[in-house]
Amino acid sequence: MCVYPCTPLCPPVPSSCYPSMMAALWTLFWALSVCLLGCAGLTPPQAHNLPPSVGSNSSSSSGGGGLHVDAPMALRVFSLDYHHVQAPFEIVLWIMLASLAKLGFHWSGRVPAVVPESCVLIMVGLLVGGVIYGVRHSAPPTLSADSFFLFLLPPIVLDAGYFLPGRLFFENLGTILWYAVLGTFWNVLGIGLSLYGVCLLAPSSLGDISLLHCLLFSSLIAAVDPVAVLSVFQEMQVNDQLHILVFGESLLNDAVTVVLYKLFESFLRLPSVSGLDVLLGMCRVVVVGLGGLFLGLFFGLVAALTSRFTSRAQVIAPLFVFLYSYLSYLTSEMLHLSGITAIVTCAVTMKQYVEANVSERSNTSIQYFLKMWSSVSETLIFIFLGVSTIQDVHMWSWPFVCSTLLLCLFWRTTGVLLLTSVVNKLRRNAVTFRDQFIIAYGGLRGAICFSLVFLIDDFPKKKLFITTTIVVILFTVFVQGMTIKPLVELLDVKRKKKALPTVSEEIHTRLIDHLMAGMEDVVGYWGQHFWKDKFEQFNKKYLRRFLIREDQQAHSILRVYQELERRGQRGDAEASSVVDPRPPSRPLLPEEMDSIRRILSRNLQNFNKKQTRAYSRHSLHQDVATNRARKPLHRHQSVGGRYTCNTTAPQEDDERLSDSLRGRAGLSRSHTVCTRSSRRTLSDSLASTESQTQSQPENPKPEGVDQTSSDQQHPVEKTPKKQLSFNLENENQQ
Amino acid sequence: MGSSSSSLSHIPDGQQLMGETGFSAAHLLRLHERFELLDKDSRGHLRPEDFEEIRELTENPVGGRIIGAFFPPEKETLDFPSFVRILAHFRPTGKNRSRDRTQPEPANSRTGKLKFAFKLYDQDRDGKISRDELLQVLRAMLGLQVTEEQLQSIAERAIQEADLNSDGAISFDEFKKSLEKVDIEHKMSIRFLK
Repeated sequence: MCVYPCTPLCPPVPSSCYPSMMAALWTLFWALSVCLLGCAGLTPPQAHNLPPSVGSNSSSSSGGGGLHVDAPMALRVFSLDYHHVQAPFEIVLWIMLASLAKLGFHWSGRVPAVVPESCVLIMVGLLVGGVIYGVRHSAPPTLSADSFFLFLLPPIVLDAGYFLPGRLFFENLGTILWYAVLGTFWNVLGIGLSLYGVCLLAPSSLGDISLLHCLLFSSLIAAVDPVAVLSVFQEMQVNDQLHILVFGESLLNDAVTVVLYKLFESFLRLPSVSGLDVLLGMCRVVVVGLGGLFLGLFFGLVAALTSRFTSRAQVIAPLFVFLYSYLSYLTSEMLHLSGITAIVTCAVTMKQYVEANVSERSNTSIQYFLKMWSSVSETLIFIFLGVSTIQDVHMWSWPFVCSTLLLCLFWRTTGVLLLTSVVNKLRRNAVTFRDQFIIAYGGLRGAICFSLVFLIDDFPKKKLFITTTIVVILFTVFVQGMTIKPLVELLDVKRKKKALPTVSEEIHTRLIDHLMAGMEDVVGYWGQHFWKDKFEQFNKKYLRRFLIREDQQAHSILRVYQELERRGQRGDAEASSVVDPRPPSRPLLPEEMDSIRRILSRNLQNFNKKQTRAYSRHSLHQDVATNRARKPLHRHQSVGGRYTCNTTAPQEDDERLSDSLRGRAGLSRSHTVCTRSSRRTLSDSLASTESQTQSQPENPKPEGVDQTSSDQQHPVEKTPKKQLSFNLENENQQ
Repeated sequence: MGSSSSSLSHIPDGQQLMGETGFSAAHLLRLHERFELLDKDSRGHLRPEDFEEIRELTENPVGGRIIGAFFPPEKETLDFPSFVRILAHFRPTGKNRSRDRTQPEPANSRTGKLKFAFKLYDQDRDGKISRDELLQVLRAMLGLQVTEEQLQSIAERAIQEADLNSDGAISFDEFKKSLEKVDIEHKMSIRFLK
């Protein structure tokens, strides 16, 4: 049973071939594992990290290491040269294994409902690692910290940042920062100091762990990992606010954790630590966080500017998104700033401009690639977590491990309770006790802790730290990850409401925003609305003019309306009458009301069938903020492509498609309304049509209520110029 | 600036206002300070021109309507109690307080807040938002970005969505219903007024 709603894309599988598909998948899976073992067996057992060094060439001159082919006596018909392809081959096999495991997970009946995906992947990793260990009698390949931080982590964080629900995030930003910065400090200091106390209490076994070591350890163990948290919250539907709090906090506490870690590490290397060093350390935290932020902003704006000019080479537009984000990450890592903050800021900044600038297909490509890469990364990370657990470097100490586990939970809980009691006085929407429980309990640790622990300079108890870290990670992911869902159900967390704004909601909400800004001016209070309005003004006057192509700068209410028009044309096949909108209060003709009702009921039916999620790691749900139902509408307009997601009757789409292809006469409204210039080719105009329905991320598209002919069907005889005025040469005129 | 009890005496009917609107003494004082700040000529009451001095308000698309909401059609002056009564609409809603059914609905309840927003649309106070009134608001908010036809269409669609009894206008109940999914208590509250 799929946990995720099966899109209409996947053909319904008759239950009879279900077992055979399962069998096929499992066979493939085991075949692959055997392949991996074969490779493991082929290579001489040296502990190598990913990516392994490329095998030596089979050139005759340098003898040395590696196999090389002897000069053949006769011509070989068939030969095997594994070392030539060893590195990419192994990488591909690992990725393939990870992905097949993931597929298997989703096909495996009731397992997804009970066990979160991360657990299954770790178990698979454990299995594979165990088998490799058994075959080779040495440690299986581990995840090097470099490859984790440079290759595996950025896609995940980029994906998280790109699909961040902007408005919700910024509305809760204060609280998120409060939890992230202060909460992490609280956790680090609390755990570190109490662990040191524990070490003092057991001087025989733990005597040589100094305070600084404890602090170092606590700084890495306190890190709530975005990867692990997301993969668990994925499978529960919790309300938006809670989701964004946990998600935002886990994303932002990176700046604090990594910096604290590096700080303590450098303290350890210093002969002695003075008060001045501590002060400098504090400054460093601030610099790192803000530096990452500004770097991300810079790259985001440059990316937005670049995307403005991609209209003539649309195919490479997605590439810029990835390049600039990755560049921002690498640059900040180079400068020892917070890479995660940089990449998240970059993604958030460039998103609205890029989405307005590039074509619909490029947008889709960007989103799909992001999802794909982050999925692969995440899967690989968890598998390697499992594999790397199997090694001979373990050192066990009951008091240390158990106290770490307990202290982690304890300090997190007290931290959350304390912080929330303060923050609730300032928030309008209080964080309820149930939410607090989820935040505290959902503090899963993941691969970041794991990589950081390997980076510690060698000292006698390093193995103990590694073991403890692994235990904590496994405990939080397995125990907390598996029990959080039943606990959530038990506590009856406020489920997300399936709200989709309509045009009137949009209008009224906008009015209320303006009203509140005005009221705050009257009262003299610089509240949230004040800053939001100021930013919107700045955005409109400068940023959007500069960063978005001229023909794309439509207002959000307009976009919503364009969107609805587009959907309305699906119902237009039935509506026949053309209505002049001018007379103010003209009652609707009966057939119009009928078609309205039919469309309403059909759309409402569609609406109920979908599950809404704010952010979905594994699939591009239609209600990811800016994508709501935009794609299928345009799919059927684009030449050759046709999806049936969210559309009502495919026959109508066909009609519409053939209509639009036949000629401009009797054109669907989208063409008349939005096409800027008639001199473009059909595909171009289709692309521009599609791209003009992008909305700002803060204003999710409405759905459901639809409109028909009573709402202006522009009579065909209108000149293109008139129709263009829909996109007004807006700010250029102001 | 002095203890609250002594300064409260500056405000006429301070206690009564507190009871009526639910503001605390500290808040009332703060509002009084603001009132006096706006009242540049120290007349003891405000006039529309005083509001127009607030620069951001004049740039606000619905700024004129907000000012109009403070001054009912007959009156040209605004004294402090009326000022406070209007601002009471934006007090955050307390939750689960058992309300005496005989008392009138407090100004900062969801209905009270929505009524205030409704009045912004309904300039002629006939209890309905007609298409023209909606159009005026849309025009103010969307400015020069949209043609007249598109404005008409948007207004038409909005009315169609909300208009349940098909009289071509939106009554208060329909307005309330169309906003039932929006968290009004959260949106229409000014934080420090608690």
